Formats: sequence, structure tokens, C-alpha cells
Amino acid sequence: MSAVGREHPRLEGPDKVTGAARYAVEYPVDGVAYGWVVPAAATRGRITRVDVAPALAVPGVLDVLHHGNAPRLTPGVDDTLFLLQEPTVHYRGEYVAVVVADSLEAAREGARLVRIDYDTQPHSTVLSEHHPGLYRPDTVNPGYPTDTTDGDFDAGFAAAEVRLDATYRTPAYHNNPMEPHATTAQWRNGRLLVHDSTQGSTPVQATLAQLFGLPPEAVRVVAEHVGGGFGSKGAAKAPVVLAALAARQVDRPVRLALTRQQLFGPLGYRTPTIQRVRLGADADGRIAAICHDAISQTSGVHEFAEQTAVYTRSMYAGRHRRTTHRLARLDVPTPFWMRAPGECPGAYALESALDELASACGVDPVELRIRNDVTVDPDSGQPFSSRNLVACLREGARRFDWADRDPTPGVRRLGRWLIGTGVAGSSYPARSRAAAAAATAAPDGTFEVRINATDIGTGARTALWQVAADALEVPADRITIRIGDSDLPPAGVAGGSMGTASWSWAVIRACQGLRDRLRHVPGAAVPADGLTVEASTADEVRAQRPLARYAYGAHFVQVRVDADTGEIRVDRMLGMFAVGRVVNPSTARSQLIGGMTMGLSMALHEEGLLDERYGDWVNHDLATYHVSACADIERIEAYWLPEEDPELNPAGVKGIGEIGIVGSAAAVANAVHHATGVRVRDLPIRLDKLLDRLPAG
Amino acid sequence: MKAFRYHRPADVAEAVALLDAEPAAAYLAGGTNLVDLMKLGVQRPELLVDVTGLPLDTVEVLPGGGLRIGATVRNSDLAADPVIRREHPLLSRALLAGASGQLRNLATTAGNLLQRTRCVYFQDTGKACNKREPGTGCAARHGQNRDLAILGWSELCVATHPSDLAVALVALDAVVEAHDPGGAREIPVAELHRTPGEHPERETSLPRGALITAVRVPPLPFARRCTYLKARDRASFAFAVGSVAAALDLDGDTVRDVRLAYGAVAHRPWRAYRAEEALRGRPFTAELAAQAADAELAAARPLPHNGFKVPLIRNLTVRALTTLAGTAPR
Repeated sequence: MSAVGREHPRLEGPDKVTGAARYAVEYPVDGVAYGWVVPAAATRGRITRVDVAPALAVPGVLDVLHHGNAPRLTPGVDDTLFLLQEPTVHYRGEYVAVVVADSLEAAREGARLVRIDYDTQPHSTVLSEHHPGLYRPDTVNPGYPTDTTDGDFDAGFAAAEVRLDATYRTPAYHNNPMEPHATTAQWRNGRLLVHDSTQGSTPVQATLAQLFGLPPEAVRVVAEHVGGGFGSKGAAKAPVVLAALAARQVDRPVRLALTRQQLFGPLGYRTPTIQRVRLGADADGRIAAICHDAISQTSGVHEFAEQTAVYTRSMYAGRHRRTTHRLARLDVPTPFWMRAPGECPGAYALESALDELASACGVDPVELRIRNDVTVDPDSGQPFSSRNLVACLREGARRFDWADRDPTPGVRRLGRWLIGTGVAGSSYPARSRAAAAAATAAPDGTFEVRINATDIGTGARTALWQVAADALEVPADRITIRIGDSDLPPAGVAGGSMGTASWSWAVIRACQGLRDRLRHVPGAAVPADGLTVEASTADEVRAQRPLARYAYGAHFVQVRVDADTGEIRVDRMLGMFAVGRVVNPSTARSQLIGGMTMGLSMALHEEGLLDERYGDWVNHDLATYHVSACADIERIEAYWLPEEDPELNPAGVKGIGEIGIVGSAAAVANAVHHATGVRVRDLPIRLDKLLDRLPAG
Repeated sequence: MKAFRYHRPADVAEAVALLDAEPAAAYLAGGTNLVDLMKLGVQRPELLVDVTGLPLDTVEVLPGGGLRIGATVRNSDLAADPVIRREHPLLSRALLAGASGQLRNLATTAGNLLQRTRCVYFQDTGKACNKREPGTGCAARHGQNRDLAILGWSELCVATHPSDLAVALVALDAVVEAHDPGGAREIPVAELHRTPGEHPERETSLPRGALITAVRVPPLPFARRCTYLKARDRASFAFAVGSVAAALDLDGDTVRDVRLAYGAVAHRPWRAYRAEEALRGRPFTAELAAQAADAELAAARPLPHNGFKVPLIRNLTVRALTTLAGTAPR
């Protein structure tokens, strides 16, 4: 019986719940010292003086690193990592010094006492469509064209029977993984060993080697267990660089872990967006003209251009199409990846606009989406490897009992509650990237499979183990899987929903190779030192046919809104997905409902509150920055269609880490509109935005 | 963080003496707020006097009715106490509307009353706050103030008191029993918390070094006809955006007596005396409830981001009272 497709608890689950699993700063290390970061108290300017004496006077403080004394780094591709090298301050909260001490408490107290003088300059931290500095970036993350155009949007829009022109706004959202970023760094004979909380230790190894001028083999990065990242650990981040600098400076191993408060900004966040969506359609809701203009922010340190409008390029029909991206370079931390960068905020706007178009045309919003399905990718002109958006909409609607829905907004009451339902489509690219893996057979009939994949809590380790069992055609309990160490065969990050697709490909090739070799071993006897086969997928991935590869989904949501207070509660979320083969249904379901809940959180709860006088976010803990939790979703279901797509990868999987969040905020917002008749176009939707606009009882 | 000394006193007298002798000392009970603020550098005590070992953790029924709640009774225990649930269900409801199960398991009765504001500027040593550092200014007055006060604030401070329990205790005319170097004293909970005025750093009327030992709740014949409504931004752990504690006594359809208090609107739990006055002795209607709320809220001065709290509190008041009167429209 196949291991793939069967539910299996996480292999490391018992270690995690008993505390045996080690995270980055939990490994016992002799003589370890502790680092604590000092954030800039200026928003833009230069450091004119650093007085370390009060910090050094704290018993236990060993040293204070700052731009004037830190070891030198080699500038690289990511300037956010060129830390403690220059006196420039680019944004409030930028890490400008690190205090190292014998104890965590002494380091923290020392950090409070470092006195820094700044020569400050005026700052600009508020994103606006009127910002004078708006510019057109060369490309948008991770390399898409900035603008696209097809047909004549202006003419098509002007000629349309029904026109929708709406602007949607999303605030700054902050990645809040359970485990804040943390690193233990140790130098031994010129070699650097770090235990880092990262989504990919192969790229961290390369980045550290470059920054510190070392050959990659002199750097080892271990990330055996990682407590989430949501993209914020998708590349090397400040803590690993600061810990390595500090360890070199004090000539001792150094642990550096950030607090919850310190996560809000310097490690990346989802940029605020301002999105204008225009749809021109006929009276039946068939879209003729579609345009999505997105504005977001970047920093003065390093350019990050969120691909907000990319979702609109491939999702729905429309002969005349245009998408644009513009950036404002502000005195803020650099935005970065947060679960489905681009698709997530973009789908919020487009899927909200489709709901508004459905109302304007008097067409059911599920039907409207079905009418605007496409058979080839409107962006690339390529056929789809598989596209089951319509099937997801239909099957989701059936399970949700959508058919009898009265489209009239603001008319359903249950006691004090106004009830409404909403729908949204969803899609996310199904990509793969090159990876390498090794498989070893031991004489005792057991196997070890090695790949530098990373399990950030998703169940990736378990999924790869299941895949390996099928590829080796042996019972899974004879297989050990090793991941999370840059000494293992190199592989990409857990990001872009590419992990399982890419890693399983390499694992399957290594295991297939080993199985073939074993067939030819004389007498079927494995040598005493084992038999190993390594495989790389670089050539195969490069040779993939040019097709549009996407996962699809549909979200259905029911909300209730308190008619007296405007409080919004979510009764039910149902996600219907088409994601290729599902390796492990239990962990897959967790990924999908996690993404859906995070979309709810985006729609109703999360918001980085900027105070432009200071230039930073004033809410920076989980009591004041609300993240949805269990009580906020009363019933949540995720289902998937059977989907066989031979054009993906040998395991036939599409990524599932991100599609759950794409569109889910729009489905919630659309349900709030259906419940109340109030269309809120700036997230989050909270009671104060509804209270004076609710229908009278 | 700053190094501190820690002491567990044998009795109340020793606890009070320790505080008296050390100007930078603080009592430690559940620690759910103080320890966070110490990590953030907002509070920097030299000495912590841990009072959780003192015998102040019981709920007593007093002769002649009324209850005495020990200062260190945990919020979870208090909310679940059968006597409390029978005699003063308002307290259970307010407690269970607040925090999370984990926090309630640690937090104490007196600690709940003495918790500090969750104003984000107060909690961030990089921002101006007159309460944390007198004379530095109030960044919230012209900053992000959606969650802050609409009543009783001053130009120096617009913070709110975050407790749910305190709102219920104020409505119930509860009295705090405290010991300080001068001896024992009693303070009505309604007078325990101050409005900020010129001294937002002075949050209570307790003398320095005073230790709350108990909270006494007098009997109230109509205590079971009560409700605590809390509007919040999410269903899971969240501080109130606005809350109303209410108890109502009707004689036919005439309001014989009423208790009404508001939370998350001011620097202290806000007893709505004007609204109560407008209700007493009059035939109850939803319109009267709305007029009563308006009478109380006439003094409201919303900040740039929190004008919605006025209709919110008004609506909560009407709902609370009509529900208690059995005349809720739906």
C-alpha cells in the first residue's frame, strides 16, 4: 500500500511535545554568551556618537558591537544584512548595536544603557497614492515584469456596459511565527557553525560565506526544528549575521534570540498596499477589460517590490488587460515575504472587486467567476497543466449549500446578529526548483535519506519520508530521513509553496537510483559501509515544458455581525482546493486551514498601526497586534479534489503552504458586505468601520 | 533587565514594612502584568515582595450578607466559586470575559484591580508617556488612540484602565481593604482609581506601600439580575473596546434601582451615576435606557480615533438594560 496519501502524524511530534526537539538557541554549548540588539531611536539620520561605557559597566557585559568596532563584512546582494558597518540609520528600530554578556539579563540591561547620539533628518514613512517619490521598479518579486498590458484597456473599459472602479487598502502585516528569529553562532578554527531559525539553511550558508569572505564549506548552518516563519525566515536575516559578528568579536559562542516586540519590522513584513481595480463587463458579468494598479512601499536599504497585481494577470478572463506596480521608497524597514506575497493582498482586491461586479450585474458571485474562467493563461498564452478553479467553485458551493443564497445584502437576522455569506476564488503558482538528495542503503535492510530540506512545522519531514518509502518500495519504518543541515545535499527554502514539490522530486530520484542499484548488487548484499546514490534535479527542472502551473481553490465563508456593536464573528469557513496529489492529508489540512485562518486574521484583526511622528508601528506584541486564534473561527473545513497532473513533478504535488490564505480575506470581506450591506475597502474590517452604517433594526 | 531582590514575607505586616523600607519596591502576585513590564523596562523595581504566600486566598461570606474576596484569590478560582456565581454572577461574567484561561489561572483579585494601562505608548520606553515618565508628554493624545479614553481624560494622559473585573466591582459598590504603614484602611473601589488630571503617574488613591488584602462586596438584593457586555475586536483573548456592567431592579415596570458602569472608556472604571439617576423611579423603556446613556455620555470628549465608542457604549447600555428588563426588542 502506498505511503503517500495516508495520514501520518509528524515524525518529530513526540520530541516536540516532550521538549526533546532542539530549536536554534536550545543546543547546549559550552561557554556561550548572549547577544541583545539595540534598536535605533532615530528614524533617519546618522549616528554621531556611541557611548558604550554605561553598558560595559553592567556586571557580565563583555562587549558592545556597533559600526565603529564590529568586524567588517563584504557587501553583498542584500544590504539589509550589511549590519553594524556604517553610521547611517535608515529607519526607526534598525539594529545599530549588539551587547554581548555572560547572561541574557545582563545583555538586555546593557542594551538599555548604550547611549547613541544621532544627527536626525526629516523622515517619510506613510504610504500614499500621492507620494511624490512613487517610481516604477525594474521587476517585482521574485522577478516578474513590473507592468503588463494586452489589448486596449482604456478603450475596452470605456465601452463596457458595467464598470467597476474601486480602490482597496491593506495595512502593514507582521509575520508572527511562534518562534522568534534566533541563532547560536560558533567559530572554530576559522569555520563558522550556526544553529539558525530559518526556512532554508542552504541559502543562509551561501549568504554567510559571502558576507564573511569564507568558502561555503567553511560555514555550516543547522536548522533541525524551526517554529514557523511565514516567509520572514525565507532568507538569512539580521540575527544570524549579528550573532556571527558577535561570536567573532568576543571569541565565544553567542546566542541571539529576538523578543516578540523586536519582530515587528526589521525582519520583514507585508507591505501596506493601495490597489485600484477596474473591471469592465457586459450585463451578464463577462469581463472585457481588467486593470489592477498596485502601490506598495520599500525601504531606503534594499528594494523589495511586492508583486501585488500578478494574481490578476492569470486568474480571470478579459480581452483588454493591464497591471502596474509602483513603489514608494520610505524611511521604513524593508518589506519582505509574508505568506503568499503578491497573491495574498492582490487576491483580496481582485476577489472583492469581482464580488462588487457580481452585485452590479445581478449575477451570483460563484456564477460570475465561472463565466470568467479561461482555458489558456491570459498572461503567458500558455495552456494550463491543470486548472480546476470551476470544479472547486462548484464542489465548494455544493458542500456549503450556496445554491439557495439570497443575494440581497443586510437582510438576514438571527436575533441580534446580521448574517452573510461570501465567496472568493484562489490560486497560487505550482513551481519547483532544483534540489539534490542522497539515499543510502545499509546492510541491515534500513535506509537513510538525506536532503537539506527544512521543516518549519508544516510536516515536510514526514511527507518526504512517505515519498521515500514509496520510491524505495520498502516499509516506511525502515527509513530514516535527515533534513535541516547545510552539510546535507543542497536544497532550496521552505517557501513559495515549492518545498514538497522540489524536495520530493530529488528524494524520489535518489531513491529510484538506489533501488535500481540494489537490483544489480551481486547476491543482493549491501556492502558493510552501505550503498549511496545521490541525485540532482537541476537538469530535469530546467527542462520542464513551458506550461502555466497553478493550484486553485474557492473559499466560502459565513459571518455574523452584531447589529448593536458591529462586532464581526466568523461562523464558518470552507475551502475547496485542487492541489495535485496530497501526500499527508492530516498535515495538508493543517496547512490549508492555517492559511485560511490567517486570511481571516488579515481581513478582521491584524494591522500594524504606524505613528508617523516616530515612524514605526506602535503595536508590537500579541496583545495589541491581534492574530486570529481558535476562538475566532467556529467551524473550519478544508477539502480537496482528486487531481492528477502529470506535468508537475514526480510526486504530482502542488504546494499547499500559501493557497489557503489567497482569497480568504476577500471571502470574509464579501460575507461582511452580504451581512450588512456595508462595503469596507480598507482592511482590517473592525466594528468601528461598521457601527454607524449598519441597517436599522 | 535590571537585577532585583526578591522576598516572600511571612505576614501582611512584614510585607508592608518591606515596601515601606524600600522606595523602589513592588508587590508581586500573579505577575501577569508586572513581569512583562519589567522585561520591557517600563517598571524597574529593586525589590519584589511576593505576596502569593500570604493567607489572602479565600472567599468568605460575611455575617449579614456580602462577601470578602481575598486579594490573592486567582481570577479562575473566583470566577468558578459557587458562592460568587450564586451571589454575584456579575463578577464571574466580567472575569470570564477577560484575558485567557492561562492568565486567569495566575492573575489575582487585587492584581487585576492594579494592572496598568495597555496604552501602547506607556508600554514602549521609546515613546513619550507622562504616566511612565512624568513630564515627557503624552504621545497618545495625538497618536494612535482608537482604544483610549472618551471620558475623564486630561491633556497629560488619555489612557484607559484595562480591567473587566474592576468595572463589575465598581457597579457593585465594592470596597477595598488595605494595609499600609499607617494601619488598615478601606477605600470604595469607585474611589480607588483616579482620573489622570495633572498626575497620570498616580493611578490609585492607595497610600505608598499599601497592600490590598481583600475586596468586600456588599449584598445587593437584585445582584442576580445582572449582565456584563464586552465589545471586543476578536473572540479570543482581547481587552475591551468598550464594556458595560449592569444590574437592574424593577418594581412592575418602574426602575426601583439600577447599577451601571462602563469599561475601556476612562482612566478608571466608570460608574455611570448620571445614567443611573436618569433611570431611577421612571417606567423602564428602551428609549429611557438610551436617554440615560446619553445623559452619561454627554460629558464624553472623543479623541480623533475613538468617536465610535460613544454610540458603542450607548448601544451596549440599551442592550444590557433591555435584556435585564426582559424588553429586549429581539
